[in-house]
Amino acid sequence: MNIYVKFDVDAICKRVLEKQLDNFGLEYTLSGTGEVRLMDKLSKDKEQELADALGNVGIYIVDDTKVKLAHQIKETIIHMIYTDKEAHRYKTSTYLAGKLNYSYTHLSNIFSQNTLISIENFIILTKIDYAKKLIVEDKLSFSEIAHKLNYSSSSYLSAQFKKTTGMTPSNFQRLVKKRKERRIDSVKATV
Amino acid sequence: MSENTLFIALADDDEEDRLLFKKAMENLKVNTELSIFNNGQELMDHLNSPNNRLPELIFLDLNMPVKNGMECLKEIRGDTVFSDISIAIYSTSSSEQDIDETFINGANVYINKPNTFGKLKEAIAKVIEMNWQYHTSRLAKENFLLRI
Repeated sequence: MNIYVKFDVDAICKRVLEKQLDNFGLEYTLSGTGEVRLMDKLSKDKEQELADALGNVGIYIVDDTKVKLAHQIKETIIHMIYTDKEAHRYKTSTYLAGKLNYSYTHLSNIFSQNTLISIENFIILTKIDYAKKLIVEDKLSFSEIAHKLNYSSSSYLSAQFKKTTGMTPSNFQRLVKKRKERRIDSVKATV
Repeated sequence: MSENTLFIALADDDEEDRLLFKKAMENLKVNTELSIFNNGQELMDHLNSPNNRLPELIFLDLNMPVKNGMECLKEIRGDTVFSDISIAIYSTSSSEQDIDETFINGANVYINKPNTFGKLKEAIAKVIEMNWQYHTSRLAKENFLLRI
């Protein structure tokens, strides 16, 4: 007899990858874009072992320094915005060039080739993303949020927020609240 | 390869609009693969089929016969299987209240359909490029709200 199969390629690849990583006893999370975040660092030998095991099942570790650098730039930007209290003293270009040891021009080129967005625009997106989190958390006033994110004024943050999202911060807050209420209501209705 | 391609679905009952959309998606920075559905029911059937690849972004016309955009939105958001999918609703004319309703029901994007092709291209590019950033970075997708 015959049976006929269809493949969910994404699911298959994910399972195979997970199985290999589990075999190595690694703790990790997978992003949807081929990124494996390992909780611990691997020794060069272990990394080679893993690369071999993955290679055996048709999965190849990308050793592209440009991809890695683009990731590092993103991580540095996130650190700059979320964690580094002194970062705002420096121009972005100086800060990133200093932290990563490449000229800003080089960093800019690698970044936009890889991520399809400029460093400047990625910074804006990340700051607005942070602003949204703080707005939803509702513990800080809007001007406190602007101050925390190193905007020169809350109207400047407002303007950038509106330009990026098409809505005002207060409208955003109102819609998110209503959305939460609606979800709670619909869960209650099914109980 | 699929790691660098955004899978997009479009549901619109108007043939001309479907063609315009397809054309507007040419020559984008992001690689896309588009699946087109003629109405909301076809879209939902596709999404609910166990073996079909899920899109990462869905464009929904608000006004469609049989199953309109709002109904599709509610159905999609009512199922956790689809919680990672971004949804962009568009319409030619909606009241502020209707627009609010789309966000409140879980849409990520609302597009007020532009009247020129150039502006349509710009709007679609903005949605796709921004969605790509959410897809490839650790930005909080649950806060992805965009109004054009």
